[in-house]
Amino acid sequence: MTNQPLSSGNPSVDIEYRRRKSAEEMRYQIISFTLMIFLTLVAFAAVAMKGFTAWFTVPFILLLAAVQVVFQLFYFMHMSHKGHEAPTLFLFSGLFVGLTGILAFLTVVWW
Amino acid sequence: MHVEEKMTYETWPAAPEKSTLESKNKFLGFWLFLGGETVLFATLFATYLALKDKVPNTSQHLAKDLFELPLTFVATMLLLTSSLTSVYAMYHMKNFAFKKMMLWLGLTVLLGAAFLGLEVYEFNHYVHKFHHTFTSSAFGSAFYTLVGFHGAHVAFGLCWILTLMIRNSKRGLNLYNAPKFYVASLYWHFIDVVWVFIFTVVYLMGMVG
Repeated sequence: MTNQPLSSGNPSVDIEYRRRKSAEEMRYQIISFTLMIFLTLVAFAAVAMKGFTAWFTVPFILLLAAVQVVFQLFYFMHMSHKGHEAPTLFLFSGLFVGLTGILAFLTVVWW
Repeated sequence: MHVEEKMTYETWPAAPEKSTLESKNKFLGFWLFLGGETVLFATLFATYLALKDKVPNTSQHLAKDLFELPLTFVATMLLLTSSLTSVYAMYHMKNFAFKKMMLWLGLTVLLGAAFLGLEVYEFNHYVHKFHHTFTSSAFGSAFYTLVGFHGAHVAFGLCWILTLMIRNSKRGLNLYNAPKFYVASLYWHFIDVVWVFIFTVVYLMGMVG
């Protein structure tokens, strides 16, 4: 089972190891948070500076949003961890259906 | 491991959110729900994109007249930070530090409430200054449905986390409530995921034109 992966035979050693592991993971969380803030700043700056055309800005900020959401899902929501096969399937199935819907509304629906 | 087991720092499992059968089911079921939520919000985004700036006459305001960068920016920072504070809460949950977890959850709730307050102010501003209402145009309906639905999720998430905090305030951490805290924090992150697309697609793209 995933909750008992360590068996050095000495509980206090295991706890020490786990504490260090989760402290290390927390460092990665801080790094991904910093990157998310940075991506947000870039996206807002790209819109605030009026020098770019919409043809550049729109795909650019959409890309930044996608990257940020990957950080959110894989680090904050732990989807990078083991035992997340079913969540990955559920989420990406939902995303597939949803994106098909968006594509349909943008192409089939017109005025 | 059993749900009723009295836990100590030494016996606390590495993955308390899925160490019992019930919590494994909860974990799986919740992710299925999030998959469904993805479809729900995607369809609302689709509707918004199709109806953006579709107004009956020229007296009505368009996206580029309504939105302002500073307000959206502050709201984004509040929600993004609240996502980090709930990461901290789950970090302490895994270390069996109940009080610290409660402290960070409390911070998350405060930040979420501030976000919600800003949104209420924003909608109020649009309605009274721009007469941009739910029924004024197809654009208005699509906008308030999408952003309002997200706001309702924030409100629900706040009530959920607060209820968990109050219900378990004297209980401490055990394998019965740890999965509940974990799932609520997943929900909170998902709200932030949706907001990333709202600030990009609705606000930033709205200001681009």
